[in-house]
Amino acid sequence: MDATLIKQMEITATKVRMGVIEGVYNAKSGHPGGSLSIADTLTYLYFAKMNVDPSNPLMPERDRLVLSKGHTAPALYSVLAQRGFFPVEELKTLRHIGSKLQGHPVYKKVPGVDMSTGSLGQGISAACGMALSGKLSEDFYKVYAILGDGEIEEGQVWEAAMFAAHYQLDNLVAIVDNNGLQIDGRIKDVMSPYPIDEKFRAFGWHVITIDGHDFNQIEKAFNEAENVSGQPTVIIQKSIKGKGVSFMEDQVSWHGTAPNEEQYNQAMTELSAHLAELEK
Amino acid sequence: MEKKATRESYGEALVMLAEKRNDLVVLDADLAAATKTGIFKKAYPDRFFDCGIAEANMMGVAAGIATTGKLVFASTFAMFAAGRAYEIIRNSIGYPHLNVKIGATHAGISVGEDGATHQCNEDIALMRTIPGMTVINPADDVEAKAAVLAMADFEGPTYMRFGRLAAPIFNDKDTYKFELGKGVQLRDGDDITIVATGLMVAQALEAADALKAQGVNARVINIHTIKPIDKDIIIKAAKETGRIVTVEEHSIIGGLGSAVCDVVCENCPVPVTKIGVMDTFGHSGPAAALLEEFGLCADNIASTVKKVLGK
Repeated sequence: MDATLIKQMEITATKVRMGVIEGVYNAKSGHPGGSLSIADTLTYLYFAKMNVDPSNPLMPERDRLVLSKGHTAPALYSVLAQRGFFPVEELKTLRHIGSKLQGHPVYKKVPGVDMSTGSLGQGISAACGMALSGKLSEDFYKVYAILGDGEIEEGQVWEAAMFAAHYQLDNLVAIVDNNGLQIDGRIKDVMSPYPIDEKFRAFGWHVITIDGHDFNQIEKAFNEAENVSGQPTVIIQKSIKGKGVSFMEDQVSWHGTAPNEEQYNQAMTELSAHLAELEK
Repeated sequence: MEKKATRESYGEALVMLAEKRNDLVVLDADLAAATKTGIFKKAYPDRFFDCGIAEANMMGVAAGIATTGKLVFASTFAMFAAGRAYEIIRNSIGYPHLNVKIGATHAGISVGEDGATHQCNEDIALMRTIPGMTVINPADDVEAKAAVLAMADFEGPTYMRFGRLAAPIFNDKDTYKFELGKGVQLRDGDDITIVATGLMVAQALEAADALKAQGVNARVINIHTIKPIDKDIIIKAAKETGRIVTVEEHSIIGGLGSAVCDVVCENCPVPVTKIGVMDTFGHSGPAAALLEEFGLCADNIASTVKKVLGK
């Protein structure tokens, strides 16, 4: 990825992060940590990779993304808003009565959301169904499924992993956001899913490991996935929970907590400063 | 009377359906030989996908396929569909209101020898609590086939319940029409109403015929659509006959009997007596013997009716 594009991606991702903080602050609840760790990859997918059309969100030939770790909806909503699926201003209605921006994503309610998710472990199965259907009717769309590293403790994920390899779903790319934290603590202490790479390899997947905050590595990984034939790909991205807001980084307490006014101001000041730096 | 298990009708109906719907996809979870989707698999191997022994994933896969606009049926035993995969059905199929047809076979006590772990007497209760879920329980071969074909043209999540045991075919295939959400009055009568569903409809008819010989005129209503239920036919029966007995091969908690009580209580309170599995697990044994033991037979229906009427 050339330097100009990287800068563009970083600018957009910073705006996405600001949208996450805006949403969660206004909701007085929600999940900032995992939203911030996946913000770069979501930005890359919606701005550089996926075939989507904000004016026709249900376009049949579109690439699809299932946010299996549905609690990080603030990141998905923010990236969709930045991409033009709905006004950025609406992010402030997150989790409010009457808002389409529910606590977890809802299919057909939010333009750009391809599947309702929230109960962990389920989105990857739906993504398998979309990929299988594409194969069946020779539609050439891609399906992306984003999973949390804690989420893969769910048994259904491994049922789906078996299914995807068995039916050779090479149009499916799963992303495991390996930020190392879940609600009750570090994933290695709560219920270690490690080694994640060897597990997926054993299930018949093509495995790529990257730094989830390096756009060069992100781009390379998704391009590599595109050339894999006969098996699904998983991109395990090492990431930092709370990335971009100093006091939220790698802190388990920011999994599902909203910032108070002071914290909100500090987060927005940091992100604004970063944005100004990038836009210089 | 000729007999056929409604699971068999289901498998055959899928083949009939595939002839007119080239977007039909059928999923199973390693039970194709038993659920009879194997009949479809043999005829259309390219449109059949075995998900292995992984029902949760199968329901999610079905949901994903449905988002792409194809018609998808997902099949396994009622226990593993409504039971094991309940939450996936609720959140991945029900909540986004996806057009997934769940073909659940081996419902109820008539599973027989496999025993309690496989005898699902709770599926109707579980499925009817999911908002927007349609729940169908056909009574015989004719109704089961007609229901499968009709529901294929209906947009929305649907739970269809089929049985293992051969059921008497009492409907006429040349004249029968399946109307979603409409109860079917099979016998007229003013003394009492027997409301039955699935395998129990034939038993209710037999009971009504026996009662008639003893001077009791029992109305018989077949409720093949448990949700949305036909309120009108139930209210009319309550008003005209004053007493209702419900019969189902399902727990008395949350099934047809409860659904009928909901309607009656709100609209026209009359005494309702429920015949079903009495808040207990089943056990192993031949299906016919189990049905008799659990009171899910014409004799018990007739004697219950007489008791209710004080005769």
